[in-house]
Amino acid sequence: MKITRRVVLKSSLVLLALTSVPRLLMAAAWPQKTFSSSVASEALKALLGTDATTPSDEIDLKVPEIAENGAVVPVSIKTSLENVESISIVVKNNPRPMAAMFEIPPGTFPKIATRLKMGETSDVMAVIKTSNGIYSTSKEVKVTIGGCGG
Amino acid sequence: MAPTIKLSAKLKGSVADIKSLMLHPMDTGSRINPDTGNTVPAHHITQLIFTNNGKQVMVANFSTAISKNPFFGFSFEGAKAGDILKASWVDNLGEADEIETQLA
Repeated sequence: MKITRRVVLKSSLVLLALTSVPRLLMAAAWPQKTFSSSVASEALKALLGTDATTPSDEIDLKVPEIAENGAVVPVSIKTSLENVESISIVVKNNPRPMAAMFEIPPGTFPKIATRLKMGETSDVMAVIKTSNGIYSTSKEVKVTIGGCGG
Repeated sequence: MAPTIKLSAKLKGSVADIKSLMLHPMDTGSRINPDTGNTVPAHHITQLIFTNNGKQVMVANFSTAISKNPFFGFSFEGAKAGDILKASWVDNLGEADEIETQLA
């Protein structure tokens, strides 16, 4: 590749990023396979080894019934299940359904809040992995204006 | 780099309530640049990691389906005034940023 100033700047930025935040290298690797999957069941298998989840009413999933703007859909998840290891969010009808996965170390509450992009009306599923198994609950969010592309 | 992370850390007893707002385009890779007609390549935060006094308290793995200028909130226990809370993110292009705050 042509060694332009842009390439040199970009490479040194990467080097700087890598050297200035060494602690990041100690985190579990970003689970690329689950995030690039275009089928919800495949994404779950890639992340958790299975797409089988036990429905649970101990998971409190808050999403709007109707999303005014598909680019910014607020979601919050909390659970009274014990020994939670991770919380994942699956948006079934998104081009890539696995939206996020949160690793919950001991001492951290199994509770998260964030904002999602949804391309169209879809079920949003919260998947909780505990030391006892994998649990889930799901709610439909109606989307009028999709938020995935231009 | 100009700060791209805003942190709010509230201590209630030994519970720390953390809210974070990141400045990031979170481009999915499907958006078309209206001026050039080309697709804008995917550019999104992949991991957002929080440590308290060096101990990891949260690892958030994001896809492109997290909204532009991501918001993320969570809580943990075992916190006390004077603890150093650090938030750091990396993205798929190797960019990164971090910020520290003291719990009070």
